Amino acid sequence: MSPRIRAVGLTLLLAGVVVGGIVLSAITGQLAITPTEVAGSLLRAVGLDTVWAPTDPIVESTLWFVRFPRILMGLLVGAALAVAGAVMQAIFGNPLAEPGVVGVSSGAALGAATAIVLGASVLGGAGIAVFAFLGALLATLLVYVVSRAGGRTEVVTLLLTGIAINAFAQAGIAFVLFVADTASREQIVFWQLGSIAGSLWSQVAIVAAVGVAGVIAAILLAQRLDLLALGERNARHLGVNVERLRLVSIVLVALLTGVAVAFTGIIAFVGLVVPHIIRMIIGPAHRGLIIASAVGGGALLVLADLLTRTMVAGAELPIGMLTSLIGGPFFFYLLWRQRRRSGGWA
Amino acid sequence: MSAPGSALIEARGVSVRLDGRGILTGIDLDVRAGEILALVGPNGAGKSTLLSVLSGDASPNEGEVTLLGRPIGDYRALELARLRSVLTQANAVSFPFRVIEIVQMGRNPWMRGSTVDDDREAVIRAVEAADVEHLLGRRFTSLSGGEQARVSLARVLAQSTDIVFLDEPTAALDLRHQEEVMRVARGLAAQGRAVVVVVHDLSLAGAYADRIALLDSGRLDALGTPAEVMTAERVSRVYGLEVRIHRLGASGRPVVLPLRD
Repeated sequence: MSPRIRAVGLTLLLAGVVVGGIVLSAITGQLAITPTEVAGSLLRAVGLDTVWAPTDPIVESTLWFVRFPRILMGLLVGAALAVAGAVMQAIFGNPLAEPGVVGVSSGAALGAATAIVLGASVLGGAGIAVFAFLGALLATLLVYVVSRAGGRTEVVTLLLTGIAINAFAQAGIAFVLFVADTASREQIVFWQLGSIAGSLWSQVAIVAAVGVAGVIAAILLAQRLDLLALGERNARHLGVNVERLRLVSIVLVALLTGVAVAFTGIIAFVGLVVPHIIRMIIGPAHRGLIIASAVGGGALLVLADLLTRTMVAGAELPIGMLTSLIGGPFFFYLLWRQRRRSGGWA
Repeated sequence: MSAPGSALIEARGVSVRLDGRGILTGIDLDVRAGEILALVGPNGAGKSTLLSVLSGDASPNEGEVTLLGRPIGDYRALELARLRSVLTQANAVSFPFRVIEIVQMGRNPWMRGSTVDDDREAVIRAVEAADVEHLLGRRFTSLSGGEQARVSLARVLAQSTDIVFLDEPTAALDLRHQEEVMRVARGLAAQGRAVVVVVHDLSLAGAYADRIALLDSGRLDALGTPAEVMTAERVSRVYGLEVRIHRLGASGRPVVLPLRD
C-alpha cells in the first residue's frame, strides 16, 4: 500500500473516531441526551426543523452552552498540541521534542498566569492568549538556542534544558500565585490542572482562529520540514532558507502551544504520543503526518475528555492528569528504546 | 549548459581563518564545465573547507568566489540549489524516511518549473547511476554506511545541477562502488557538468580527475593534470611519506604506492 493511500486511510479512520467521539461526548453526562436530539438540535441550528429537535430547553442549553463548546475545545486543543509536537520534532531533528516535555507549555502557563494576575483577563480571553503565546515563544527560543548543536539536538541536552525551563516556569507560577489575590489564585490553580470543562464560546473562537491558521501554516511548511531531516546543511543545499524556516516554525510552535494552553492549562504528551504513533503507521513524511496528527490529536482529547467525565461518577478528573498518566510511561518507553538502539543517551 | 572548459566558479585570493589559524591561504582556482577537479591533500590540509567555500556554504575571510560572474554569497538558497549540488560527508537522516523519498527530495529545487515526467526521469536515472534500485523500499535509517552514502549520492544526482560537489564520496564504499562512483562523476563531466571531488585515494584521483589540486596546510601546492601534479618528490614531501609512482597505459595515469619493506 502506498504511503499516500495509508495516510489518507488513517486520516479518514481518525476522522471517523472524531465523529464517534463527538456524538458519544454529546450524549453522555449527568443529563442523558439521545443522538437524535443532538442531530435535531444541530439541524435546527442551520435552519432545518425536524421531529428530532429537542423540545426540552434544558437539553438545548446543555448542548449549546456546556457540551458543544467543550467538545470543540477538545478537538482544537488536541489538534494544536499534536501539530505543535510534530513541527517541534522536525526542527529539533528529534522525535522526543514535545511542548510539554521541553517546557514550552510551562512557559505558556507562566504567561497565562501572569495575565490572570495582572488582570489582563478583563480584556477577555485574548489577553490571556497573547501572554501565553509570549511565554511559549520565550521558552521555545530558549530551548532552541541552548540545546542544539550542528543542526540536531541530543536527547540529554534537550531533556536537561527542559528540566531547567520547567523548573524556572514553575517557580514563576509559584511566585505569581503568591502575589495573586484569592480570586486570581483560585482561577490559576483550577486552570493549571488542565481542563477543558467550562469552555466558553468566546474562548473556542480564539483557539479556533489561531489553531486552524497554525495547522494550515504547518501543512504549507511540510515539504521543507521533510528536507530538514537531512540536516540543516543538506536542506540548504536543496534550496531551503533554513534560517527563515526555523524562525517561522518556532513562532508556529509557540502560537499553537500558547493558544492551546491559554484556556485549558497544561495538557502534556499529546504532541509526543500522537505524531509518534502516526509516524509508525504512515511514515515520517510531514504533510500526511501533520494532517493525520491534527485529526488524531483532536480524537485523542475528545475521547480523553469523555473518560475524565465518566470514569468517576459525579466527579471530573483533570484531563491534563489523564494525558500525563498515559504519556509518561509512553515517553519512558521511547527513551528506553532510543537508548538501547544508540547504545547511550545520545 | 556552458561550453566545456569555461569557468563556472572562480576563486581568487581566497583565505579562511578559524580562531586566528589560517585554514586556507591565498587560493586561486577555477571550477570548469566538463571536467573533474579533484581536491587532494593530507588530513587537515583544508580540502573540505575549500569545498565549502567553492559551494557557497562558507564565505572566505579574504578574497572572492564568483559563480557565473556573480559573487556566490549574493545567490538565494533556491537559486544556488538549481546550479550546484553537494554530497556532504555526514548524511544522517533524523526520521526513518524511505530511500525513494530521500532520492525524491533531490528534486525540491525544481518543484516549480519542472514537470512530473522530468522529475520521474531524473529520479530513475539517479537511482540507476548510484546503484540503489534494490534499496528503494527500505528505510534509510536501516541501511549500512556505504548504502546510505550511495542513496545520498542518488539524491545529489537527482538534483540535476551543472556543478556537482562530492566530499569524500568513496570513503564508505567497497572497491567496486568506489570505481562506479568515479565513473558516474566521469559521466557527469562528459555531459558538460563540472565535478569537484574530495578524495583521499591518490590513485583514484589520478585515474579519473582531469585536474588535481594538491593542498598542503591550507595552500595550493600544485594544480594541474594528474601527470603534472603526481610526482614522487612532491607527494612524498606533502604527505611526509616515501612513495613510488607508477605510470599506467599510454595516458600515463599515475598510481601512487607507499614504499614498503
